[in-house]
Amino acid sequence: MSSIIIDTSASRKVRELLRFLLESGKIDAAVTMRKIPEDSSYDLALITDASNLDEAVPIVPVMTVNAGQVLSSISTSGKKIAVVLKPCELRAFVELVKREQGSFENLLTISHTCGGVFPLDLVAAGKIEELLPKYEKIISKGEVPANTRDTCRACEHFIPMNADITVAVAGDCESGKGCVMYLNTDKAEEYAEGFSGERGELKFDPSALKKMLDARLLEKEKLFASITEDGPGLDRLLDTFGKCIGCHGCNSVCPICYCLLCDFESANFDYNLPYFEEHLSRRAALRLPPDTIFFHLGRLTHMSFSCVGCGMCSDVCPVGIPVAAVFRKTGEKTAALFDYVPGRDVEESIPVMVYKEEEFSDIG
Amino acid sequence: MSEWQPKILAILCNWCSYAGADLAGVSRMQYPPNIRVVRVPCSGRVDPLFIMKSLQSGFDGVLISGCHPGDCHYISGNYVARRKFAVLKPLLEFIGIEPDRVQFSWISAGEGERFATVVTKVTEDIRKLGPSTKLVKKL
Repeated sequence: MSSIIIDTSASRKVRELLRFLLESGKIDAAVTMRKIPEDSSYDLALITDASNLDEAVPIVPVMTVNAGQVLSSISTSGKKIAVVLKPCELRAFVELVKREQGSFENLLTISHTCGGVFPLDLVAAGKIEELLPKYEKIISKGEVPANTRDTCRACEHFIPMNADITVAVAGDCESGKGCVMYLNTDKAEEYAEGFSGERGELKFDPSALKKMLDARLLEKEKLFASITEDGPGLDRLLDTFGKCIGCHGCNSVCPICYCLLCDFESANFDYNLPYFEEHLSRRAALRLPPDTIFFHLGRLTHMSFSCVGCGMCSDVCPVGIPVAAVFRKTGEKTAALFDYVPGRDVEESIPVMVYKEEEFSDIG
Repeated sequence: MSEWQPKILAILCNWCSYAGADLAGVSRMQYPPNIRVVRVPCSGRVDPLFIMKSLQSGFDGVLISGCHPGDCHYISGNYVARRKFAVLKPLLEFIGIEPDRVQFSWISAGEGERFATVVTKVTEDIRKLGPSTKLVKKL
């Protein structure tokens, strides 16, 4: 497999690649982050005409929505689509494909080593432009930028796992110069045929990012410890989730929560008069809306082992609950039971959908 | 007021454990009267949320029982159940529920005696732990 030396900024080179693919008709559409010129904000865009690519900034530390989630609704259109994803977005999409919510067939996935993304409040405040130069400098040194999402700082899976094309922007090069684009699959070679740029035979070397990995693992330890500072348990849980106002925002931005009708929004959780009468007959007061903590426990049992740690849930929480950190921490435990890494391999089955006859002999 | 008695929810599969309970009954075996039985078609039918919800609604413990691995009436229901319970266990630990409050056991239709033994053991375990106050709705 070959590599392409990037002679300009990595983001610009990927934009050129998307332009080349669109203009040559190899793809019908591109999915990429885009800068909105009028209000210095960003969005994720589906672009079908190369003339609309000017505002595209494929590699930018902003996640307005987990692209894996939106991809599930367009990947089966039959159109050829090139998509630029962060590693966790790609892993989220892999999890969705396992759940038959999308397909890789017509996709060209382009991902990059990821330095983490900025929280949405910084994006909304229009601060990204001024933060970018420092951010790029820090990740080029293989360090962890301080003001990114907490789960990003604690994320050890910042190297894309199954991307067709990997763009190295962290650790070994400054985003401005000398970065390399690695074509990992035959599909990538086929699409990139005829694209300009100096070709080589370089192999992606994860060891260059060892420093970043170590720093992240340290951050992870700190983050996980912070959730159970006063020991695990229910009092702590009540402290953590007691603030929940029941908006279900975390659920709606979660790429793994794909159910069209969530159990918690179904008739199973319709609170009607008999429900209130029954509960109030046993005690004199009831929180409204009810079951806010139960909702989180439910999500934890249903999908914690598939959590990719993108951090969308914490970011959108209006009352500042560290949802993502809790999910990462418990998810790591539940996934470890099955030696499972969410999004590692599309052929790997979801742990609770399969079984082995000889296992867990301690249960029962 | 009489001494506190644990209230335990027993979720039993129709084909093995429920029949096992039945056998214990017709064989006039003695076991503590602390369980309340819910019959399900298969242990695979048990959503972990059922367990959480029963603890939250004031049960002091939950016993889930199905056919022995390999003997499921639906071939693999209890294997799938076992995985779900494996996921639930660290979670219960995380939220601070004592592990003994939620117990799993495989009991076949012929094991009336085992059923009585298991229920006795589970009841004693939970009696030792005392009333469940942790997940009970207070808010």
